[in-house]
Amino acid sequence: MKIAVLAVQGAFAEHEKMLSDLGAESIEIRKKSDLEHDFDGIILPGGESTVMGKLIRELGIYEGLRKRIESGLPTLGTCAGLILMAKNIAGGESPHLATLPVTVKRNAYGRQLGSFTAKAYVSDVGEIPLTFIRAPYVERVDEGVDIIATAGGKIVGVKYGNQLGVSFHPEVTKSTALHEYFLGICTNCK
Amino acid sequence: MENERYNLNKELAQMLKGGVIMDVTTPEQAVIAQEAGACAVMALERIPADIRAAGGVARMSDPKMIKEIQEAVSIPVMAKCRIGHFAEAQILEAIEIDYIDESEVLSPADDVYHIDKTKFKVPFVCGAKDLGEALRRISEGASMIRTKGEPGTGDIVQAVRHMRRMNSEIARLTSMREDELFNAAKELGVSYELAVYVHENGRLPVVNFAAGGVATPADAALMMQLGAEGVFVGSGIFKSGNPQKRAAAIVKAVTNYNDAKLLAELSEDLGEAMVGINEQEIELLMSIRGESGER
Repeated sequence: MKIAVLAVQGAFAEHEKMLSDLGAESIEIRKKSDLEHDFDGIILPGGESTVMGKLIRELGIYEGLRKRIESGLPTLGTCAGLILMAKNIAGGESPHLATLPVTVKRNAYGRQLGSFTAKAYVSDVGEIPLTFIRAPYVERVDEGVDIIATAGGKIVGVKYGNQLGVSFHPEVTKSTALHEYFLGICTNCK
Repeated sequence: MENERYNLNKELAQMLKGGVIMDVTTPEQAVIAQEAGACAVMALERIPADIRAAGGVARMSDPKMIKEIQEAVSIPVMAKCRIGHFAEAQILEAIEIDYIDESEVLSPADDVYHIDKTKFKVPFVCGAKDLGEALRRISEGASMIRTKGEPGTGDIVQAVRHMRRMNSEIARLTSMREDELFNAAKELGVSYELAVYVHENGRLPVVNFAAGGVATPADAALMMQLGAEGVFVGSGIFKSGNPQKRAAAIVKAVTNYNDAKLLAELSEDLGEAMVGINEQEIELLMSIRGESGER
């Protein structure tokens, strides 16, 4: 199993560590030619969505990546990764990959003082610890999108086809459950 | 609960990795920095090169100006307080700053004590010249470390020295026998627990960025190849001929720091770099502030 990790900025190393703990190989996507490698799924990590959104365009990753996700490549986006996938960003900011028909609200819990941890049940995954860092949440989902996790009455996890978007950071916790679930989706699609 | 807050603060620094944090003095500059791909901005009234030129006492910035910058951008906003000036830090916490830099760029307020950062909910980043200094700041509650370098000079030599020194001290600790760690901790002036952490993990327990003297995409790539996890750029951007272009080039250089061909393209036609000052020509060494008398 080989999983690509978008590595233009942010906490990509944490995802790679988690994948390797689960026995999956990972490759880093830093420029256009990196997309030519074979991989069974991709993780869009946490970081700053404005930075990643700009870099994937300017480094020529955007088109190829968007097409792969739209044609069914299993994709896991965490925090900024979810924002990259969202079709709409509240407040009118232009969307990035726009492959996931949801509306996200950026910095929805405020600044760093609003960052927090929680525990919640995620569909098909179980109860896991959730870490929210200057996190977004999903304001609205379009038809066909399953809500897989909520916290404090807000939508924090969604699934649409093979795309999985969460507003928290499983990669900084000790729980590998969500990554295992994602690897399961990748295996089924192989 | 307090531990949870500290973890969240360390994790915010993890999210900044592979990114560039830029000094800005106005909301307009903050927007330029964000558009150029900064992962955070440092709001301050004067960039280090101007602090150097102006002389006198450099203090925390006007909270009003910091708030205007917070309004102008969606990325994290950091601000500096003077070393040991916990009241300035309390003010920055009150306006919900995302990260406080207890910084040697400003005039130190205390020549013995740094701020007890464990008393705060907001995260702190601190400068360090070597491993001992970094670990002492971490025991005081810093959740992110940066090299001190020599701010406002456009001269990378000191940042390189600090990063190499830290790396070699980490390597030394990593290769020690366990029974040697007690004495190593004593020599470094740090707790035994932190010495053991470095011995076992081969790295600092928090994210480590490069800072102080970065002026070009090549400088940024150099620091990343030396093991920095991201880069602060202070005077290097807005003291240069074409801030937008240079800022964007440094951002891409940090992402693809191993790709010399791309770095060559990025380094082309950036306009004039900031005027550098060699370390021999400086009257004021900012990097010895904070810990000159400590060891």
